[in-house]
Amino acid sequence: MAKVRGGPSLVERFEGLPIIVVFFLLLALFMYTAPQVFLQPFIYTTFLSTLPPLMLLAVGLTFVIGAGEIDLSFPAIISFSGFVFAILFKDYDLGWLAVIAALASGVLVGFLNGIIIAKIGIPSFIATLGTQFFWFGAATVLSGGKSYALRGAEESSVWQVIVGRPFEGSETAWVAQLPMQAFWTLVIVLVLWMILKRHRFGEHVLFIGDSNEVSRVLGIDVDREKIKVFTLMGALAAVAAIMLTLENKNFFGNQGQGYLLTAIASVLIGGTSIFGGRATVIGTVFGAAIILMIEPALVATGLTGAWVRTVQGLVFLIAIIFYLYMDEPQRRAAFFARMGWSSKSGSRQAAAPPSEPAPPGAGVTGK
Amino acid sequence: MTAAGTTTAARADFSSIVRLDQVQKFFGPIQALQDISLEIGRNEIVGLIGDNGAGKSTLIKVMTGVMQPTAGRIFVRDKEIKLSDYSVRMAHDLSIETVYQDRSLADKQPLWRNFFVGRQITNRFGFIDIKKEKQIADQILKGAIGFRSEGITVDSTVANLSGGERQGIAIGRAMHYNADLIILDEPTVALAVAEVRKVLDFVRRIKESGRACIYIEHNLAHVHEVADRLIVLDRGKVVAEILPKDMTVFELTEFLIELQHGQ
Repeated sequence: MAKVRGGPSLVERFEGLPIIVVFFLLLALFMYTAPQVFLQPFIYTTFLSTLPPLMLLAVGLTFVIGAGEIDLSFPAIISFSGFVFAILFKDYDLGWLAVIAALASGVLVGFLNGIIIAKIGIPSFIATLGTQFFWFGAATVLSGGKSYALRGAEESSVWQVIVGRPFEGSETAWVAQLPMQAFWTLVIVLVLWMILKRHRFGEHVLFIGDSNEVSRVLGIDVDREKIKVFTLMGALAAVAAIMLTLENKNFFGNQGQGYLLTAIASVLIGGTSIFGGRATVIGTVFGAAIILMIEPALVATGLTGAWVRTVQGLVFLIAIIFYLYMDEPQRRAAFFARMGWSSKSGSRQAAAPPSEPAPPGAGVTGK
Repeated sequence: MTAAGTTTAARADFSSIVRLDQVQKFFGPIQALQDISLEIGRNEIVGLIGDNGAGKSTLIKVMTGVMQPTAGRIFVRDKEIKLSDYSVRMAHDLSIETVYQDRSLADKQPLWRNFFVGRQITNRFGFIDIKKEKQIADQILKGAIGFRSEGITVDSTVANLSGGERQGIAIGRAMHYNADLIILDEPTVALAVAEVRKVLDFVRRIKESGRACIYIEHNLAHVHEVADRLIVLDRGKVVAEILPKDMTVFELTEFLIELQHGQ
């Protein structure tokens, strides 16, 4: 029996392979169904300005979910940090200090989430559900429910650097529209990708997601690393808030609400395990692109906007079920058995000894 | 069967690797450990036996820095440890490694990550030298553990290994880090007979390589077979020390049953 057992499969060797294939298939489909949109460059430059907040949130969540936790509070951080930024930028004219203060507020909220979850020991689902109400409420109270229009913001260096259009003078229309936030997001995503794959912290995140108990035994400071994960998430939500507020030149309290489903869906469509322990930034990037692409694709095909959430939700569910059965041969075998089909899936599974599957739901709430 | 073994045997400047003196552990009002005093020699396999709830796991956790004792003193290589500083990491630094029955390896991670997690080979920014880690992991796999033909590579995920293989990996990892004391927490639970044989061979290899081992076991036959000395725990106390050559497995079983009924 010299066959290599449990080595990396094709999917494992090329990070995010299935989702990359699906992405290009969908893109081809949309180019066919809505050529007037998807064969023009402008849809893609528009993506570059609308995708960054979702991308940053989703990549942050990749760490959170990879660690076997969940964060529901980031839409509220977008409201709160966005408010901090908007009021300091507009009413107090603080420029870059407003950016720093908004980042600090996101870091603080994330850090507090981490303390509540790691030190006090509240499951992250409940903890961040609570903090999401709190910070959203705080933002609403402090802003008095007002929105802040940042008229003339594009004159400032803050706007130019964070969401400016550096090639504005270009002859080619789509080059002129290339936005700075796409560049910053690319940098942040690349760094986080390297961290998850190659850095000590990324490895700790995955081990914690695999099992808190094993991680402790192996000498990982589980509490500290979890606090770091939630702090990172808070910081990224703050960056997303600043980008959104500047891009729209407007702050309103609800600006983060649409991201809860889309960010979580991006991560799970990308192939990060809902049980933690396995996470892929590349997958998340393509997952986010797919989620965002669905909207213009449906609208261009003639369906109403109301369809968008429905289809996003459907794609989300299909992806989770697909990965669940990919991940766990036992479940797949059990499913085939239930359906009365015999499982003929190869030697790898036959060679593998029965190993205990993670109990459903374990890992998500933290042990 | 050779590699990682020979390095530590030469160090002989201490008489016992671990000594506990009057160690107590309370969980609230419940006393889990009472006046535990014991000593583990440099190159012996000590079997730790006792019924469920006898305090075996707690004792190990105290000994390896997972938990702090409520009172008592711990000596490692004849030097007293400051208990408030004692941690898993410090135990690692003192060359004490623990192999827990099902908590030593992370299931979804590849073997090479499992070998190095907690003490990765990194540059100064904390980025892991993946190539080097894989290369060393491969040496451990083929050398210390002796996996050659099983089709297991450093990229295999733990979930694809059998129970005995997992114990082998965990023990091999401990030997690689030049542990002077390897603590095995019920390594043969839920294993098939052939797998048990493999694990017992790994235990013998620990002794051959000049290290000490504490072997916690439910199955008296297994522990009787490999241990040099048996320590019997009952309700948080050390109640007997037995040399396997003085007692057959049958007599040992009778003795433990009597102990249960006697109290």
